[in-house]
Amino acid sequence: MDLVFLAELTVNGALTGLLYSLFAIGLVLIYKSSSVPNLAQGALTMLGAYVVLAFSHNMGLPLWVAIPLAVVIMFFVGIGIEKVALRRLAGRPVIMILMMTMGIDIFLRGTTLAIWGGSSRSVDLGVSYEPLFVGDMLLSRIHIVGASVALALFVAFFLFFRSRLGIRLRAISDDYMASWSVGISVERGVGLSWGLASIVAVATGVIWGEIQGVDQSLSILLLKGLTVAVLGGLDSIIGAIVAGIILGILESVGSFYLDEIVGGGSRDLIVAAVLILTVMIRPHGLFGRHDIERV
Amino acid sequence: MFYGLSGVRHNSYVSDSKLFPVPADRNAVVFFLLLGLAAPYLVSSLYLNSYILPWLIWTAAVLGLNLVTGWAGQLHLGYAAVMAVGAYSAVHAAKFGIPWEFALLIGGLASSVIGSLFAFAALRTKGLYLALTTLAMQFVMDWVLTHSPTIAGGSHASLQSPTFALLGQDITSDAGLYYVAFGWCVLVTIFMLNLRRTGLGRALVAVREKDFAAAILGVNSFYYKLVAFAASSFIAGVSGAILVSTFYFLAAPEQFAVNVSIQVLAMVIVGGLGSILGSYLGAALILLMPGVVNQLFSLGANLLGLDLGIETLAHIPNAAYGALIVIFLMVEPLGLGKLYANVRDYLMVWPFDQLKK
Repeated sequence: MDLVFLAELTVNGALTGLLYSLFAIGLVLIYKSSSVPNLAQGALTMLGAYVVLAFSHNMGLPLWVAIPLAVVIMFFVGIGIEKVALRRLAGRPVIMILMMTMGIDIFLRGTTLAIWGGSSRSVDLGVSYEPLFVGDMLLSRIHIVGASVALALFVAFFLFFRSRLGIRLRAISDDYMASWSVGISVERGVGLSWGLASIVAVATGVIWGEIQGVDQSLSILLLKGLTVAVLGGLDSIIGAIVAGIILGILESVGSFYLDEIVGGGSRDLIVAAVLILTVMIRPHGLFGRHDIERV
Repeated sequence: MFYGLSGVRHNSYVSDSKLFPVPADRNAVVFFLLLGLAAPYLVSSLYLNSYILPWLIWTAAVLGLNLVTGWAGQLHLGYAAVMAVGAYSAVHAAKFGIPWEFALLIGGLASSVIGSLFAFAALRTKGLYLALTTLAMQFVMDWVLTHSPTIAGGSHASLQSPTFALLGQDITSDAGLYYVAFGWCVLVTIFMLNLRRTGLGRALVAVREKDFAAAILGVNSFYYKLVAFAASSFIAGVSGAILVSTFYFLAAPEQFAVNVSIQVLAMVIVGGLGSILGSYLGAALILLMPGVVNQLFSLGANLLGLDLGIETLAHIPNAAYGALIVIFLMVEPLGLGKLYANVRDYLMVWPFDQLKK
């Protein structure tokens, strides 16, 4: 086992991990503001990619027009989902909220596939598939692009949460009641976070669609995204980034060693193990807030 | 009207805690029981074995999940994995030559043991985190099933179930298989009906409402969570085994994949958390819905002269299934069971309901 290969596995793992972070940021945004675990994020990602495709391939618009248009549409889709479905469930037991997002996930996936069909298509971002040589390591260009998008989004949200609007969202995530009493519109804030998460879903959908083709498998990212979000702490964006890198490296290096022992396919096993261990040992994750429950 | 309470007087605690305090309820149950017994003579065997039989087995499974989710309030997203444990261990036991009665028991007990592992997750976490842990466990179980040929049965990844037999009699006729499913469903229903009246059931409800508060009242919440998981896993295991031995006839990993877990949970939600009648209705609705929606859409497309592609038609039932869950949670979060209870409550005092207001 030479070091260059190990380094290549590590770096590629970290880059893939940052792509998981991209997905997880969407989950974190919604959980942070409304404590709703959004299991529909996978379907939103898929829908985002399909909407981009609908503009660019079916209507022939260039990508730099199609993506912003999709961002605008998905922003309102996100707000709409919150307003129609999630708002009236506020204060209900978590099982109903979970089931609601799961129902939305099934519904969006079914509708998307019924409209556009399930055959895999590519986005054609124009990023070359030629690997990039860094020293002796081979790196995938699209992964680097995706990782930079993830980091850029992180910086953007970092700045956003220091703006006036962002501070409102932080206040909402701190305490509903207190925010209401000082005149912050909690409903609007939660809706906004759904809109932002849907924008993140477009970015995730485009990058992952470029990597593995736009089809139903985009929604299967959910388990990995959830694992990253939980490992990082469900309400921490920096946590999502760090946890993404950790999970990516664990997955790529770990599966290299494990695959020989168990005969392939150990990636999912590692992800599930990380999720179980995180919840068992440190449920609030690496950077999450530890909530104290009152009787 | 139908549920006339007049003349129903309870003079002792025993009579007050009867299973059916209202005679109309008891009569309805007896009526449906007789209907169920007579079903093979009333319904053609095609309908009997392709609709009613799976419905009854799924209902038993849904009741089991309702025990842990509706009564004890513990989220469980890995129910299909537990069913798989029961199905595979029972089929392997039966292949080994153990009579089916004991094979079913072995399946149930194996499920209980594995299912109790889920309960240890419930010791440390609850709510969302418990849901995620059980979901991860489901993925682990899927992985184990698809990656171990000894369990899943060789290269085709399917395991033929031996002929079902009880008391040394091979059961191959349609009516016989139906009665097996019917008997199991009735057993589980009786257990669940009585659970409400026992200390165990009340302790579970206390744990559901608030486990810390239950602990303060002297209810050992971890013990009852463990009991709930073990009992529900037993039901899941036997239901899985019966499902494989009387309906699928062979066991394959995708019969117990994660989407099946979600489907069973959807049955619980659509039927109503903690509702026994709801479990029957929810299972029926979720099982029948795809076929009905497909028929409706092809009919509608024919009427309007639209040409829907095969792919579109294939995905519409999925969309409708998701929409069904969403609409139920929006309109009546407590499901079909609650809808029925509303009607019953209304009729209970009709035509004197204005006195209540």
